[in-house]
Order: sequence, then structure tokens, then C-alpha cells
Amino acid sequence: MVVEVMDMILWTLYFSFLGAVLVLLLPGRAAKWAALSVAVATLAAAFAGASEYMSVSAQAPWVTLAKSPWIPSLGISWHLAADGISITLVLLTALASVAGVLFSWNVAHRPKEFFALYLTLIGGVYGVFFSVDLFLFMVFYEIAIIPKYFLIAVWGSTRREYGAMKLALYSFIGSALSLAGILAAYAVAGGHTFDLLELASYPFPPQFQYWAFPLVFVGFAILAGMWPFHTWAPTGHVAAPTAASMLLAGVVMKLGAYGCLRVAMPLFPIGLEEWSLFFAGLGVVGIIYGALVALAQTDFKFVIGYSSVSHMGFVILGLMTLNAVGLQGAVMQMFSHGVIAGLLFAVVGRMVYDRTHTRELSELGPMQLYRSMPFVTVVFVLAGLASMGLPGFSGFVAELMIVVGAWRGIPWMAVMAGLGILLAAAYTLRVMQLAFFGYGDNSSENSHSDMSKIDAISWPEKTGAVLLLAASLCVGLRPSLLLDLIAPAMNTPLVQVILKGAGS
Amino acid sequence: MPCEYWWWVLFLPLATSALIAVVSRPWRNASAVVSVASSFLCFFIAAWGVHTQSHAPSPVQWITAGDFSISIGMVLDGLSKTMLLTVTGVGALIHLFSMGYMKEDNGKSRYFACLSLFMFSMTGIVLSSNLIMTFLFWELVGFSSYLLIGFWFERPSAAAAANKAFIVNRIGDFGFMIGILMAWHWLGSIEFAQLEGALNDGRGAHVPGIILVLMTLGLFCGAAGKSAQVPLHVWLPDAMEGPTPVSALIHAATMVAAGVYFLCRVFFLISLSPATMNVIAFIGGGTALFAALIAVQQNDIKRVLAYSTLSQLGYMMMAVGLAAPGAAMFHLTTHAFFKALLFLGAGSVIHAMHHEQNIWKMGGLKDKMPITCWTFVAGMLALSGCPFLSGFFSKDAILSAALEKNHFLFALGLGTAFLTAFYMTRLTVTVFFGKEKTKSASHAHEAEATMWVPLCILAAFSVVAGWGGAIPDMLAISSGENHGHIVPALSAVVFLAGIWLGFYFYRGKKTEPFSVSLLANKFYVDEIYGATFVRGHDKLGEACRLFDRWVISGLLVRGTGLVVSGTGHLIRFMHSGNLQGYAFLFVIGIVFVLYQYLIR
Repeated sequence: MVVEVMDMILWTLYFSFLGAVLVLLLPGRAAKWAALSVAVATLAAAFAGASEYMSVSAQAPWVTLAKSPWIPSLGISWHLAADGISITLVLLTALASVAGVLFSWNVAHRPKEFFALYLTLIGGVYGVFFSVDLFLFMVFYEIAIIPKYFLIAVWGSTRREYGAMKLALYSFIGSALSLAGILAAYAVAGGHTFDLLELASYPFPPQFQYWAFPLVFVGFAILAGMWPFHTWAPTGHVAAPTAASMLLAGVVMKLGAYGCLRVAMPLFPIGLEEWSLFFAGLGVVGIIYGALVALAQTDFKFVIGYSSVSHMGFVILGLMTLNAVGLQGAVMQMFSHGVIAGLLFAVVGRMVYDRTHTRELSELGPMQLYRSMPFVTVVFVLAGLASMGLPGFSGFVAELMIVVGAWRGIPWMAVMAGLGILLAAAYTLRVMQLAFFGYGDNSSENSHSDMSKIDAISWPEKTGAVLLLAASLCVGLRPSLLLDLIAPAMNTPLVQVILKGAGS
Repeated sequence: MPCEYWWWVLFLPLATSALIAVVSRPWRNASAVVSVASSFLCFFIAAWGVHTQSHAPSPVQWITAGDFSISIGMVLDGLSKTMLLTVTGVGALIHLFSMGYMKEDNGKSRYFACLSLFMFSMTGIVLSSNLIMTFLFWELVGFSSYLLIGFWFERPSAAAAANKAFIVNRIGDFGFMIGILMAWHWLGSIEFAQLEGALNDGRGAHVPGIILVLMTLGLFCGAAGKSAQVPLHVWLPDAMEGPTPVSALIHAATMVAAGVYFLCRVFFLISLSPATMNVIAFIGGGTALFAALIAVQQNDIKRVLAYSTLSQLGYMMMAVGLAAPGAAMFHLTTHAFFKALLFLGAGSVIHAMHHEQNIWKMGGLKDKMPITCWTFVAGMLALSGCPFLSGFFSKDAILSAALEKNHFLFALGLGTAFLTAFYMTRLTVTVFFGKEKTKSASHAHEAEATMWVPLCILAAFSVVAGWGGAIPDMLAISSGENHGHIVPALSAVVFLAGIWLGFYFYRGKKTEPFSVSLLANKFYVDEIYGATFVRGHDKLGEACRLFDRWVISGLLVRGTGLVVSGTGHLIRFMHSGNLQGYAFLFVIGIVFVLYQYLIR
């Protein structure tokens, strides 16, 4: 049984890296097709792996996929494993990568390099989700960051060098902090293993945990867009090409949250307990603050960028509830936000910007896009509804679980998070209206006449949009699809450490 | 025996909506027929189910995650059955009316898809067996009404109204959610049956009083948002931007009544807190009078009806607060009939007048549209509390409760009843009687059968719905005791006085004979909110944006960057490659070290 799981799910990792090489070997015309085939293959592998996990999860919620020594002298090994949390995020990554290729169908500048970097990034992300060895974890973490820089700096738009550099610096500072904390833990635990399972069972002295926990946690949380370390996110999103901003919001921000949940929290449960209220507070500030800033933006993509900050605040809050409902809600929210933010960025970057060449809401309004782009308008309205947590979409269940989880620990934070849900409706409706319907200026009848010349929405765009919307709807209507994956993971040692630590 | 066919009542409208959106969108008439047929089918299934007294189907688990579990189930008691029949019955008639009203609209398929989606959400609230399920459908109702209010989204005013409705509703939902979380936390369940059981067993006794007050106020906050009670009433009048049948369905008979219905559903809970009950009673009574005063000075036919709806909802809320949920539900039901009738009548007038809504441009429609006129009069009399029509009995039940509990609220209710008769007479006289005031009024004519048949059916119900205590019997909640003849006599007097004054002031008038700008401007509530809350949160958003740009991005992030690059620049000067420079620094270094070691 276990062997079969390994066979399927690990192919997501192998396919991505092999695919990156393959794309480089093929002629440029074939690059996008090759990338699409690879992405679809990883999606199939992810689904197969998820279903196999479901069949064994009751007995074995933690499945070891591979374990062999790599650098034995330092205690570093090639140790890969999966549980419901990582498989949920693998599914998300696979979905986002297929959609990302579809929304990059029109990349004409150096497509080979673009898709090779793209697949390398995806591979790094899968690697992080499977790594149990912390050294390996950090290696994959860096592999995911480097292609990011090039994708933005070469294929990006507005102030791309600035955005790319800011993002790279933030990422590296974050990973440096985490790495420092991990190395300290490695040293304190005797310096003979980087294995997360072994380190997590080592009783680190409380005094050490008090400073090591925030170090590692903040290092990862920077990439999750935690306030006040969030400013890389909106700038990076705006500068990035569509597929990159989809991955950035959809997957890379999850890397940070995953690092918090998988590494920082189980490694230092005492430190976690000490700091949980503080970081929950930062999560709540992020929720409200991100929403308020989104309300005042004039650039379409910045609105979505700050909405990501707000939604990721929910993830941080969910993690810091330290109870099973809140943690499951946080994982649900990671999935939900990944899908929805990906779709929103696709609408803004690919469907709208590539046709109108502006993201200024004041310029988009008079174009009255609902006339010339009815399909895009419907997609954005649906994605917006999903984003504001309407029942029927995944966001509702996720945010409900987080709020309920928060209520059990810290009621007033649940109240503040509820306020964030309210603000989400305000900024989403505002941007929906300003970008697509544009009232107050009916004199510009001539401006939308030239909009009739715009390209029709192509099939890859339609497919990608439907794929992401369907994912959000399926999970929203039938939450057990994901919860059946996530719930067994609550029984793994790494999660039990968190839950028990809070209980005692 | 649980009967699974009840699921059809709930999911048939959703299936219809999906069918229209996916399949029949290009064929507008087919969409209309499908939607109307499904609405009638729903009503018949519901009526059959109520008639055979079949039991609710067993609940279905929706979310299970450890001790966090939410099910989708149904409660079928007198309360939900009455509400279900009202909602599906009035809903079906309004669907039928819409066929005529929306005949020439290009978005007819979209219209009927939204209408069916709304019916799904509303039925969900009615049948819901737990708080979270109610919340879920509560949100969906808010969303589908958003779609319907903003149906003509090309009009900026319609889009703004839709946004306003959604956001104000969400403000209510925010409190609602907190109330639900508190109930869940302190009483240990979200199922209505278990909550009631827990409270009856005395397990609720450990809940501190302040918690109980906050919890019930939270639940009331949600109800006040949906039922448009002061201070969350501002969305309802603006919501009249939607097509008129939508106003009849959502803003008269169903959605706005959901708040009252919900409070009756959790009456066992809110009645534990006398403070909350007082708040509900006074907000209800206040809303009733406040809205009636505004209605006196409105010139748009739909806005008069909208404020009248606010006022009547205030009445129902007051009844809930006075511990008379039976009276509230009784009035809710009769109100659903006559207010839907009045809105549809207004729709028929607006249709005939080519979308003119100003009552001072109508007049004399009595002879042009006799069916609309006389059904409208029936509805107007029922609303005003004409003896022996439905509104008279239900209003009587509320006023009796008020007389028993609180004389101030009784006087307030009586005053509102007088104003109601007055402004409805003003409306009817100006629209249907006297001389035509414009050309389009003289060219108006009666609409087709799909439109007047629902009017006649609703008129019949508006007349007879109060007879024989049929509705209170079905509700199986006592709607109050009979207090002799004082209340009926007094309400008959204020009814006659209102009608007489209305005729006296408005008969044969071509323009408004007296104007009170405070009332015509709705007490300036929108302006006050605009200057405070709306501006306030815009400013807050702007402040956060500037903070993000200048403090976090600018000072902290760029500042860190500048310090780093500045240090780099400084160090660069030292690496000049100039031998004398290095020698100079070397000497300074030696001097410094010597100073440290020798002198100190």
C-alpha cells in the first residue's frame, strides 16, 4: 500500500524537474505544449496520490515516501514523506500549475526559458511539501525562490527589477532567519541530525525556544505575507507576469505558511505557546489592514495583492488558534486562497491587462468592460464572490472554521476576523464595480467602441478559469473532499505536538 | 416516516437556476416558463407535504471535522410550514406576474435564474434546522437579492443600491455571526432542537446574564439587517431600484420577513433576556413610526410602499419584543399577501406608465386599469387596517399584546396605524382617482392576464386571510388573548380618521399641498451616514494606504535598504586603492589602540 502511494505522489516532484529539462531540449514552439503536458501529468499524479492516501490514511496518516542517507557525516538524508496537509497543498500546486501554464499561453518572449524556470519553481515547491529533512527542506525552498526572481525580472512589467529584487531580498532574509534558527536547533540537539521528526521529539530548553521560535516562524511567515512583512507581496505581484503572480499568491505564499506549520510550530511547542497570542494578533492586523488598504487602491492588481495579505492573515490566525478546527481551517484557507487568488490574478493580469494595457481603475471604468468582455466579467464576479467568502465557495468553509477555531481560544480575535470578512465584501464590490462597470462617466461612448477590436478570450483562458472556479466550488459545496484528507493529518506526531502543547 | 421528497422543495429552485444559467439562457421564453413551472411545482409539493403532515427528512452531514460538525436538515413545525407556504405561494404568483412584466427585457433568462436562486436561498432559511445553515442561506439570500436589486446594472443608481444592500446586510451578518458563535460556545450546539432542549433542561442556567444579552443582541443584529430595522434600514428604500416584481418578492413578502421569522424561530432563546426583548420592542416600535412618518412625504410610488414595508416590519419586530411571536408571524403572513399585492399593483401601474414612478404624474387610472385599481384598493384597505380585512386582525393581535405589556408602545402602534391609513389614502387617491395629470396617464391600459390574475388571487387572500383564525391555528403559536372591544374599536377609529384626512387633504390635488423637508429627506439619515461611516472608512482606508506606502514600504523597508547601501558607500571610500589613504587609516588605528591601552 505504502509503496503505491510513493509511486504516485512523488511523480509530481520528478515530473516537474524532468519537465524543466525536457522543455529546454524541445524547440521553442513546443515549449508550452510540453509544459502543459507536464503540468497535467503532475495533476494526475497528485489526484492519484491523494486517493491512495485516502485509502491508507486511517491506519497511517503519515506516509514515508523515501528515506536514504545523503550526507551522513552531517546527518542529512533524502527523507520525503506526506500527510494530508502536504497532499492538500500538492493538489493546490498541481491545479495552480496547470492553470498557470494555460494563462501563459501567449508568452512569446523566450518561451523555453520561461517554462523551464516555471517548472523548476513548481518542482521546488513540491520538494518543500515532501521534505522531512530540514536541510533538504531549505534546499528546495531556495530552489523555489530563485526562478521567481528571473520570472519577474525578465518577463514582468511595472517596475519589474525593483519588484523582483524586493521579493528576492525578502525571501532570502526570511530563509536566512529560518535557517539560522534551524541550525541553532541542529546544534542544540547535538548536531547529528536534520531530520524533522527526530528534532521535533527533542526537548529543547524553554529559554532556547523563546527566541528560536519567533526566529524560524517569522522567517517563514515573511513569505506568507504576514503583517508587517507583507510589502513584498503587492509589489511583487504587480511586477510579476500573470503566471508568476498566480504562483506567487497561489503557491509561494503557502510555502511560507507551510514552513510555519510544519517546521516552526512542532519544533518549538513551548515557544509557540508563549508567542501564539502575539502572532495571532499580527494575523488579525493583517486581515483588517490588508482589507483597508485594498479599499483605497487605484491599481486593479494592487487591490488583489492586498486582498491576499488579508486572506493570508486568516491563515496565520488559523495556525495560531492551536486547535484542530482552526488548523484545519488554516489548511483549507491555504487551498482556497491559492485557487481564488490565482484566478483573480489571472483575470487582472492576463484577461484584462493584456487586452487593455492598463490597470488603473479610473481608466478601466470608462471602457465598460462588461460590454466587451462578458465572460471575463462573469468570471471575476464569481471569483470575487468566492473571495468575499460566499457560501458555496471554498472560502466560506475555511473562514468559518478559522473564526470558530479562533473563538474557542481568543474570542475577540474572532470578532476582528469577522470584521475582516465584512471589509472583504466592501473592497471586492468596489473593485468589481470600478473595473468592469465604471459608472459616473457615460459620455465616453466612443471609448468602448475601440474595445470591440480586442482579442476574444481564448480557450486556454476559459479552461483555466473554469478549472479554478470548479475547484473552489467543489470544495465549497462538499468540504469533506478536502477535510477527509486534512483531518487524518491531525493525528500525525507533528500536528499532535502542536495540539497537545496548547492543551497542557 | 421521514419523507425525502422535502429535499425537492429546497433544491428544485437551485436546479432550475442552474438549468437556466447553463442550458436555456439563449431561449428567454423557455427560461421564464421553466422558472415559473418550477415555482408552482415547489408550492404544490410543499402544500402536499403540509397536507399529508409528513415528517422532515433526516439531516445530512455537511462538514465533519472532529467535534466541529455541521448538518443540513429541516425543521417542519407550524412556524416553518406557514412560512413555507407563504413564501412558495406568494413566490409562485410573483414568478407568474414577472412573465408579463419582464416580457421585453433582454436579460429575462438572467432574471429568472436569479429569481429561482433567490427562492432556493429563502426556502433554505425557512426550513433550516440549525444556526449555521441559517447563516449560510442568510448570506445566499443577501447575495441573490444583490443580483436582483442590481438587475439593471447599467444604471449607476441600481448598482449603488445593490452594493449598499449587500454591505448593510453584511454589517448585520457580522453581529449575527458573533451571536451564533456565542450560542455555539455557551450552549454547546447549533441545532435549534438541541438548543431548546438544553435551555429547557436548565443547562443554560450557567450562562452569565451579560453573555446572554450579547448573544441575543448579536442574533437580533442579523435579523435587524435583513428586516431593515433602524439603524440598518437604509438599504431597503434604495433597493427599489430593482424590477418591481423583485420588490414584491424580496422586499415585501420574503427576504425582509426573514429576520422576523428567525427571531420567532429562536424565540425560546431571545425571550430569556428581558433587556434584549426591550431593545427589540423599542427598535421595532421606533422603526414603525419613523418609517410611517417618512412615507407620508414620498413621491415615488415604490418608495411609499418601501417605507410602508419598513413600518410594518417594525410592527412585527415590536410584537416579537413584546413576547407575542404568534402575532408577529400572523402579521407577517397577512402582510406578505397585501404588500406583495400592492407592489405588484404598483408594478402594473409602472408598466402601464412606461416606467414612470412619480405619483404626481399619474392620476385617474381607475377607469383605465380597473382590475389593478380595485385590487390595489383591497390591498390598501387591508394594510390600513380596515375592519374585517386580514390586516385588521393581525394588527389587532399586535396592538392587544402592546396594550397588555407597554402602553407607550401601544400608543406608538396606534399612531403608526393612523399614519398608515393616511399615507395609503394619499397614495391611492393621487394615483388612481381624480384627473390624469400627464399624457402617459391618459394612455395607460390594463396589462395582460399573467399580470392581473396574480393580483386577483392576492387580493382575495388579503381580504380573507384573517378570517376564522386559520393562520394562528396553523402556526400553533398563541397570537395573544382577546382584550374585549377596546383595541378593535380604537383601531377602527384611527383607520377612519386616517382615511378621512387623506381624502380631505389629497382629493383632487395636482401637487403636494404641504411639504415637510425633514420627512421628504428621510430625516437625512443617508446624508449622516455618508458624512460619518462612509467617509470614515474611506479615510481609514486611505490612511492605511499612506501608512503602508510611507511608513512600512518607505521608512522601514527603504530605510533599511538605504542604511545598507549607505554603509556600502562609506566602506567603498575606504577601498580606494590609494596607498597613502590606507597608511593614514593604519596610523589612525594605531593611535586609537595606543590610546585605549596606554592612556586609559
